[in-house]
Amino acid sequence: MLDLALVWAAIIALGVLVYVVLDGFDLGIGILFPFFPEDEDRQVMMNSVAPVWDGNETWMVLGGAGLFAAFPVVYAAVLSALYLPLVLMLVGLILRGVAFEIRPKSRRTRPVWDLAFMLGSALATFFQGVALGAFIQGIPVLNREFAGGAFDWLSPFSLFTGMGLLATYAVLGCGWLIIKTEGELQRRMFRLMPPLTLVLLAVIGLVSLWTPLSQPAIAARWFGPALAWLWPVPLAVLACGWGILHAVKIGAEIRPYVLTLALIALGYLGFLISIWPNLIPPGISLWAAAAPESSLKFTLVGAVVILPVILAYTAWGYWVFRGKVRVHDEGYH
Amino acid sequence: MNEISALDLARIQFAFTVSFHIIFPAITIGLSSFIAVLEGLWLKTRQPVYYTLCRFWSKVFAVCFAMGVVSGVVMSYQFGTNWSAFSNFAGSITGPLLAYEVLTAFFLEAGFLGIMLFGWNKVGPRAHFAATTAVALGTLISMFWILSSNSWMQTPAGFRIEDGRVIPLDWLAIVFNPSFPYRFLHMALAVFAASMLLVAATAAWHLLKNRANRPMRISLSMALACLLVVAPMQALVGDAHGLNTLKYQPAKLAAIEGLWETHQGGTPLNLFGIPDMQAETTRYALQIPHLGSLVLTHSWDGEIPGLKSFPREDRPNALITFWSFRVMVGLGGLMILLALAGAWLYRRGKLYDSRAFLRFAVAMGPAGFVALLAGWVTTEVGRQPWVVYGLLRTAHAVSPVTRQQVGISLFVFVVVYSLVFGTGIYYLLKLLRQGPQPETPQLMDTRHAAQAGRHPLQGADLSIESEQGDSHA
Repeated sequence: MLDLALVWAAIIALGVLVYVVLDGFDLGIGILFPFFPEDEDRQVMMNSVAPVWDGNETWMVLGGAGLFAAFPVVYAAVLSALYLPLVLMLVGLILRGVAFEIRPKSRRTRPVWDLAFMLGSALATFFQGVALGAFIQGIPVLNREFAGGAFDWLSPFSLFTGMGLLATYAVLGCGWLIIKTEGELQRRMFRLMPPLTLVLLAVIGLVSLWTPLSQPAIAARWFGPALAWLWPVPLAVLACGWGILHAVKIGAEIRPYVLTLALIALGYLGFLISIWPNLIPPGISLWAAAAPESSLKFTLVGAVVILPVILAYTAWGYWVFRGKVRVHDEGYH
Repeated sequence: MNEISALDLARIQFAFTVSFHIIFPAITIGLSSFIAVLEGLWLKTRQPVYYTLCRFWSKVFAVCFAMGVVSGVVMSYQFGTNWSAFSNFAGSITGPLLAYEVLTAFFLEAGFLGIMLFGWNKVGPRAHFAATTAVALGTLISMFWILSSNSWMQTPAGFRIEDGRVIPLDWLAIVFNPSFPYRFLHMALAVFAASMLLVAATAAWHLLKNRANRPMRISLSMALACLLVVAPMQALVGDAHGLNTLKYQPAKLAAIEGLWETHQGGTPLNLFGIPDMQAETTRYALQIPHLGSLVLTHSWDGEIPGLKSFPREDRPNALITFWSFRVMVGLGGLMILLALAGAWLYRRGKLYDSRAFLRFAVAMGPAGFVALLAGWVTTEVGRQPWVVYGLLRTAHAVSPVTRQQVGISLFVFVVVYSLVFGTGIYYLLKLLRQGPQPETPQLMDTRHAAQAGRHPLQGADLSIESEQGDSHA
């Protein structure tokens, strides 16, 4: 018999990864905006994601709806536990989403929309990171409801993961723009990539130490008998980091972005290993949180049939808009 | 109750965010089909005017779509942040319906939107038309699922309750629950009416300034032709929806009609009046005997249960529903009048000359949105005190978050929505005022190259902040 809860947990985990891979770079572009004050550069940066940002954000909505469908108790308890960070994240997404449309159409108020785009991207990213940190630290649940306080999410660790995600998305944005730009703008992206990569490596290192130090259960998992299997992970992280620096040195365009994705995938794998098999750390497993079987089945049919189609036309969209973005291209106007 | 509770704030926040949100999909659902038709006409006739119109209404669409998306993301998270007890109770049904909406609609819209808006020179005309059609289809599919979900909450079916939670049994019965076909058709017609009224008002405004504006003549006649079909149909569908409500949500219907007593041998209709929930009466009622039975049961002396036959704690607010319903119906009547007057003038060849009619069309621009909101207020206030009808009270659906938290979020939402969507709507109006800029696909590239100045991307279009917004052919 197929373990439907496990399948759904895998689908949602995959959806979140796709979200980070896709929306990470377009949020990152907003985070990098302050380093590129030239209007023309900013328009190129924005246009590089103009046709895709909306689809990218849909993966986040899928994550939410997937939880709602397959694990309603997680959706209910985690979202109310992370109330304020999620509200602020949504506000950030509103600011930047509307800025996409209006910035290019504005003239006198353009600095305001630039600010909305930067601030919105940074706010959304930071509070996604805060939510992630708070989630790792655990969410108390009683009778299927959140049983903690309004500011439980606020901790040095969650603030740090918020900052860490800012760095992560900035690297992704920079890697994306190396692929999509050329000339002077691309040269500046190349120059920005190594310091950002070092910051990202530092973040990964710190989170990897901080998490087990503050969460005994996670420490037990990583430093228990499984240790022998896990030691290649930090080595792979270092190898990816070195690979990015080397790729930048030789001027490879695609490799820095791909290796950044590999770094993030490793970090994400570490996160999954740390919380497994819980859907709400520390105590609610994915089986305990699953929706009734008929809900899981009904939704799974749709997911299995439609997700490949979605992936196919999403890939087609990226293919249509492949290549360098130039300021004269059709974009927002 | 001296202090406003977390529940009250959560309800205000939901009403505020959803009302703001629904305006944008209402525009984009109708407008995307309209654009698909324009693009089809362009492909068929190759007349540049259709291309011009396509590009113009696509720009309007893009602004509304972005605002619809970001205000919609808020909605998809709000069930969890603010209504976690509801999500726990009914998430096994509303969750899968929302997931299907994301899978079949949101991705389809977002996936093809890029090509629809920016792919004119990247893919062939047929592929582009397919993308536009996919976006239009996506908006309609989205409406299907969300209306199914809402209807299930109004008229639940196909489930059983176990351990205080809903267990879905029959998905066909859930998706096509008793009120869904009526609500879906009613909403579909409403969004087409609303968006076509917006198109007609924009066109009429331009024609008042320049009656020779060909793109706007086409916009006006197409919008009115659509309205001529949609507005009268809405009256029929609305009537059928009313019968359905009487069967499944009689308390809502009694509130809408301000009806307190259960009359034997024919129910009167209150044309106007002021329902008073405390005194259990409708003051200053202007009644017509038997009309209530005729309209609501289609018989001379059909019986309709009055509000007094329901316990006090199960009665929806009659004052609000009575009036919101009448606002909706009144505006619906005006829409039919506009469409008929337009058809009559068109036959006499005077559609673009009658200034009185054009002014009427401009004035009716917001009518569709007001009617739409009034209708939703009627059905949502009318299903109170239940969030899942007869099963879960709104008061028991709320998250265990504090008054302070909801107060902060409501404050933030009100400020951000007013600022961001306020300016968004301001830009939208500027865009509508600017009107279409004549451009043909053949000329595109040379124009871009020739006009590449300090803001090269603005080469093809005047910035909408410039004061030359009214220039057109």
